[in-house]
Amino acid sequence: MTVRGVAAVVVAWLLAGAGAFAQTAPDAKRSGFDTMSPRIQAMQRDDLQNPGMLWVADGEVLWNKIFGISFSCAHCHGDAKKSMRGVAAHYPDWDKTDGKPVDLVQRINLCRTRHQLVLPLPPESVEMLGLEAYVAHQSRGMPLAPSTARELDAPRERGRQLYEQRIGQLNLSCALCHDKLPGHVLAGATIPQGHVNGYPTYRLEWQGLGSLQRRIRNCLSGVRAEPPPFNSTEMVELELYLAQRSAGLTVETPAVRP
Amino acid sequence: MARTLIHAPTTARKGEVIEIRTLIAHPMETGYRAGADGRTLPRDIIRRFACRYNGEVVFSADLYPAISANPYFAFYVVADASGSLVFTWEGDNGFAQTESATITVS
Repeated sequence: MTVRGVAAVVVAWLLAGAGAFAQTAPDAKRSGFDTMSPRIQAMQRDDLQNPGMLWVADGEVLWNKIFGISFSCAHCHGDAKKSMRGVAAHYPDWDKTDGKPVDLVQRINLCRTRHQLVLPLPPESVEMLGLEAYVAHQSRGMPLAPSTARELDAPRERGRQLYEQRIGQLNLSCALCHDKLPGHVLAGATIPQGHVNGYPTYRLEWQGLGSLQRRIRNCLSGVRAEPPPFNSTEMVELELYLAQRSAGLTVETPAVRP
Repeated sequence: MARTLIHAPTTARKGEVIEIRTLIAHPMETGYRAGADGRTLPRDIIRRFACRYNGEVVFSADLYPAISANPYFAFYVVADASGSLVFTWEGDNGFAQTESATITVS
């Protein structure tokens, strides 16, 4: 081989190496979808087999329902298919009025108390899950693109600290399993990377739809820690960090998980 | 009324085999689980599903406590005449739901 030939091979090798690197970098983040069995994947892909779509259908009815003596979500926001497209993908976001971060559930409840003048919906209620699923479903197929508001930096950093903090009787942190041991097996189940791109999610274990906060509380009771209450500051800060951590993954709402 | 999702073609050629798929929201409580207070939750399941095509039963199923929540059925029917497909779910505590779809066969 001539010198020029060797140089060409080396250049080609370098290019191939760079190409391979460019390809593996985004692959580093893997949705829980990729590690599920093909049968559960098929269940999620098909809107008629995916039981989460029952909640989405409920949510569509609630979107157009007039609450109390006031007005429906649709009165202000119009057709959710247009107005809510991509909205869930950047939550949690900063609420200027209250000066704090809010997640999608809290935003829906703020809309209820500020504009519709009705009581907030309780966490994990059928109505709240329906509305949340319906709004989040409008972002399906879009990449998670967390809000870049500067005010969110500090709470997001606190969320990261919570994520890395050892907690509970088992003295485990979220990061220990989901950053260091994904792909390994815990109690017969594959540990996922713990991404948040499919919430609210239909879990076969729950036999129902549940929010990200329910999932986090579930994990925290698993390590025998006291889970923070629904809608607490810690929960939203953790959600903020998790959204940042999953940025770029495609929204799958309503996802199906084992 | 429980929420249902039904997929059935609205048109078909005579003799064509069509796929029908149904999903219904139902907790399918087994009757073997304990509630938060430690007491056994009473059984609450769908016991029977049937599909009638112009009045004739073309598919039916008995359901038992081991069947998961929100049961899904997929089955095939030969389209031989225009008319109605009527789906019924019956279960514990007087649960009864009927949904229908129309099909035009040419």
